[in-house]
Amino acid sequence: MLTAAVPAVAAQPLSTLEPAGVDAERIAVFFWWMGIGAGIVWLAAMSFVAYCLWLPSRSRQAPSPRRVVVTGGMVLPSVLLAVLVGGIVPHTNDFVDTGAADGALRVRVAGEQWWWRVRYPRPDGGDVELANQLRVPAGRTTHVELSSDNVIHAFWVPSLAGKIDMIPGRTTYLTLEPTRAGTFRGVCAEYCGTSHARMTFDVVVLAPDDFERWLMAEAGPARAPETALGRAGAAAFVDSGCGGCHTVRGTPAAGVIGPDLTHVGARRGDASVLPHANDDLEVWLRQPDLVKPGALMPPFAALGAPRLQALVSYLRELR
Amino acid sequence: MRPLPPADAATADLDPPATPAPRAVRNAQEARLQQAWAVPTGWRYWSAVNNTVVGQWYVAVTLLFFLFGGVLALLMRLQLASPENTVLSADRYNQIFTVHGSVMMFLFAIPIFEAVSILFLPQMLGARELPFPRLSAFGFWAFAIGGVFLCGSLFFDAAPKGGWFMYPPLTSGYQPGVGADIWLLGFSFIEVAAIAAAVELIVGVLRSRPPGMRLNLMPLYAWYVLVAAFMVLFAFPPLIAGTMMLELERALGWPFFDPRGGGDPLLWQHLFWIFGHPEVYIIFLPSVALVAMIVPTVARHRIVGYSWVVLAALGTGFLSFGLWVHHMFTTGLPGLTLALFSALSAAVAVPTAVQFFCFAATLAAGRRVRWSVPLLFVMGGIATFVIGGLTGLMVAMAPFNLQAHDTFFVVAHLHTVLIGGAVFPLLAGLYYYYPLVNGRLLSDRLGRVAFGLVFTGFNATFMPMHVLGLLGMPRRVFTYQTGLGWDTLNLVATVGAMVLAAGFAVVAWDVVRPSRTKARSPRNPWRAGTLEWLPPLPNPSWGMRTIPEIDARYPLWDQPGLVEAYDAGRFFLPDAAEGRREMLVTSTVDAAPQQCLRIPGPTFLTLWAALAVGGMFVFATFKLYTLAAVSTVLSLAVILVWLWTGTGEIPESDDKDVGLGVRLPLYLRGRDGVGWWAMCITMLAVFTAFIAVLFGYFFYWTLDARFLREAQHGPGVAGPAAAAAIVAGSWAATVVARRANAADRARAFYGAMAAAVACAGLGLVALVRTVTAGDLDPTTSAYAATVWLLVVWCAVHVGLGIVMHLYCAARRWAGRMTARHDIDIGNVTLFWHFTVVTVLLAMAVVAGFPAAGGIG
Repeated sequence: MLTAAVPAVAAQPLSTLEPAGVDAERIAVFFWWMGIGAGIVWLAAMSFVAYCLWLPSRSRQAPSPRRVVVTGGMVLPSVLLAVLVGGIVPHTNDFVDTGAADGALRVRVAGEQWWWRVRYPRPDGGDVELANQLRVPAGRTTHVELSSDNVIHAFWVPSLAGKIDMIPGRTTYLTLEPTRAGTFRGVCAEYCGTSHARMTFDVVVLAPDDFERWLMAEAGPARAPETALGRAGAAAFVDSGCGGCHTVRGTPAAGVIGPDLTHVGARRGDASVLPHANDDLEVWLRQPDLVKPGALMPPFAALGAPRLQALVSYLRELR
Repeated sequence: MRPLPPADAATADLDPPATPAPRAVRNAQEARLQQAWAVPTGWRYWSAVNNTVVGQWYVAVTLLFFLFGGVLALLMRLQLASPENTVLSADRYNQIFTVHGSVMMFLFAIPIFEAVSILFLPQMLGARELPFPRLSAFGFWAFAIGGVFLCGSLFFDAAPKGGWFMYPPLTSGYQPGVGADIWLLGFSFIEVAAIAAAVELIVGVLRSRPPGMRLNLMPLYAWYVLVAAFMVLFAFPPLIAGTMMLELERALGWPFFDPRGGGDPLLWQHLFWIFGHPEVYIIFLPSVALVAMIVPTVARHRIVGYSWVVLAALGTGFLSFGLWVHHMFTTGLPGLTLALFSALSAAVAVPTAVQFFCFAATLAAGRRVRWSVPLLFVMGGIATFVIGGLTGLMVAMAPFNLQAHDTFFVVAHLHTVLIGGAVFPLLAGLYYYYPLVNGRLLSDRLGRVAFGLVFTGFNATFMPMHVLGLLGMPRRVFTYQTGLGWDTLNLVATVGAMVLAAGFAVVAWDVVRPSRTKARSPRNPWRAGTLEWLPPLPNPSWGMRTIPEIDARYPLWDQPGLVEAYDAGRFFLPDAAEGRREMLVTSTVDAAPQQCLRIPGPTFLTLWAALAVGGMFVFATFKLYTLAAVSTVLSLAVILVWLWTGTGEIPESDDKDVGLGVRLPLYLRGRDGVGWWAMCITMLAVFTAFIAVLFGYFFYWTLDARFLREAQHGPGVAGPAAAAAIVAGSWAATVVARRANAADRARAFYGAMAAAVACAGLGLVALVRTVTAGDLDPTTSAYAATVWLLVVWCAVHVGLGIVMHLYCAARRWAGRMTARHDIDIGNVTLFWHFTVVTVLLAMAVVAGFPAAGGIG
């Protein structure tokens, strides 16, 4: 029911040129102005060089260096730079989030190697935790509080805003102001080790009401599996010690090393590079190294195919 | 109107002797010169130190590293040709992009400028050599050994994989293998070589110009090299300091960059980019220098706006030290900082535009050009570089940077700048200057084919990357998923890279094909105006037959009769009567002759020294600290032998006739000596590294209150004050010893020396006691680690100072240093000036800052 409400993935889910957030839209405008301006300047410069090269011999003479240098080398670029700097730099502060509290929604995102730990603080002090997926309401401001206790990562959702690094020992902030609903992609932009390329996530922008409903549901405990295969999977989950690293709220599994799996079935591609086809999740369980080389998740190939399929079924039912 | 080359140039003050030497005399002179400057043959060839030989090795090895880095780039492009490709594993890919970036920066882009300068600069300055040929050779060997060590690691799956900017904590706690150590120690070694070359080039430009070549007459190449070499001097030390700190964190657990110990990963980024941004201009300026030499030649017109070009180069050099933060726009800095550095970064466009317009104006002023291969590459470079400069302005704007940073847009931008700004000009330079190497021309036809391939391939490779970045592709990804709009663009980039590689293959073939298949070059084939084209081709190993007197920027155009007078040996130093290698040392500004400098000939000592110093770094990489210590002792020993036998030689007479009726001293004491200059410049670099460590101290202080809390339990005031006082005593005794020696009071000299050594020894103990007396454990906090590092830094200075004291005493005792021949103690005193300032400053901070700043 809830998955049905997730909007389709954008056509170019990582493009800075099809913005869906206030910051990204403004930066795209800057880009087009600068890009077109740069094109014109380049053409002008090349035409000037061509003129100098192919000038007929009779009109050749040594120009006064001062005139060439002062007009071409100093006045001209200074005017252009004044326009460029004057047009953009005064707006710099609009893109900086200093973390000041203003009552808007706050989400904490921590970078792990190589996944994203996402926490929604609840009024009661507890957190709603999930991984590799961020849901935010359209038309409202969300402050993302960024941290890392391992290496440096960078949080980047090109469709919505610029990127900010996640630096051990510091907290950094980024404002998201999505202007329309949709599913977008995010990536880690700072090289963070072997599987840096695999450190991606989804950002689902929902209508505000849908968002509130989702958050409420997300805060709830896991559903018990309904199929026989799912129940077998739940047993395998306990037997294999998955709970040592993973939390499934409402069950004894309360590990904090790996992602919270309470509603993993509702997330698209939890290994965050695979769509949720059963086979792919099985590959992940069997040999995580194939998907994210160097990941902490140990391989569970030894469980054998039947139990792995049961586990996949269980995880898919954790909606 | 064709104003150039004008026949009416004034040459009034050129005054060759009226009677040319008879043919027999000239032949005898040439035979003696030939013998003095001969390049050893057989296996002893590798002991050569001639700039023309070492320069060729240096350029060749640098180009090999360039090809190696290029092959790595091709491998990356193969992996990225299609989504989810499996040509390379993630780990292998990460090693390859790290080594690609590092090799291209540290083993190609920077050393190629030093290599080319060692090869050609002396002749551009009408000099036979640079003042320290053995230092050049040492630098080359250190570079070659370090480079092979670093590249070799890739074949043992042990290569660094932290990216070329090696950000901790990834490169400290999260990469336990030896790869990061190879990067840190290997490049420290190579940076030492780079600084050695920079010292050589600065002294070369400032002190070995031909008589009459005032600063404002130097070829523009010399100006650019001077600026770039000074930038090396001030940009590399912060990186060396940072590298040292990161290696200490890895090896000994000193938490400089670990927030759990009060350190900060951002300090590394500051230190790295304080180096890293000037580095871009260190690469770019010397390549523009080649353009500045080629453009006047093809236009047959003197450069328009010479002084403006010089000012622009200087301005770029200065500005480049104030822009580093634009590499850190996404680290969460305050808006005001972002705005400030955005605006400053944009300002660099002004000096760049000045240079562009000066070159264009020169083309407009001169004759209609003939499209030679060098000109093709120059024009291709300008067209490309301007794109890179414009995208540079875009990414300098902080808001756009927040999107573009760490994406393929930046990959495209930096390659456009570096390939357009450096590789194209270097290829132009290769085709232009190749005749100077062996008197042959490279093929015009192959050159045009190569240009077509390189230019097409370059654009096909890098233009799509701009779009990829805008479509959200981050850098340093070993693969990507399909469905993001990236597949076609990546494939085009890969095909482009193949075409680019084919272009380089054509150039490589053109260079390595047998000499007999290449056309002989006439003398001065491009009809250039600068001195490097003065000798006949191929040029004998003496570099310059005689040192000309200069009074124009383009002497070959503006000084009639120069070539004939040169061939007849009618200028300075036309002979090697004593069979020694000699060159002229002239004054810094006016290039008035000051000294006939005798420079040492071939030796294997430089190779041994490089091997021994290399041993220090290589053994330390593998944590073989005993062997590293042995290497350290060996290094010291080899270097002392090198100094003892090759420097400060007392000549058989005070002065000699250098021709044209001028007599010059053979031994120059005090501040005019080139050795004093080299020591001073080297110590400036060392002192800069010290300042970088101090910067770290204050950086931590601004970070949080923890630093001050810990500082209250630091070494206190009494210990550091005592250490500083004792070291100052040693310094004072050194100064007294120098005066006593100059006054030829032997007993006073030895007495003062003994006092200096005793004080220094005591000072060493006192320094070490400041950190060992209390319970200051460097592994517990960034504060303690920084204090330890400052103290160790001082102690190493004082320790070396003791060795130098003993060296001076031994020199005097052996009769190699006298009252009038006192270069050794002069330089040692200079070293001690720097040492005492370093120690006083360090102790003042360590003791005084917590005491004073604890309140504030």
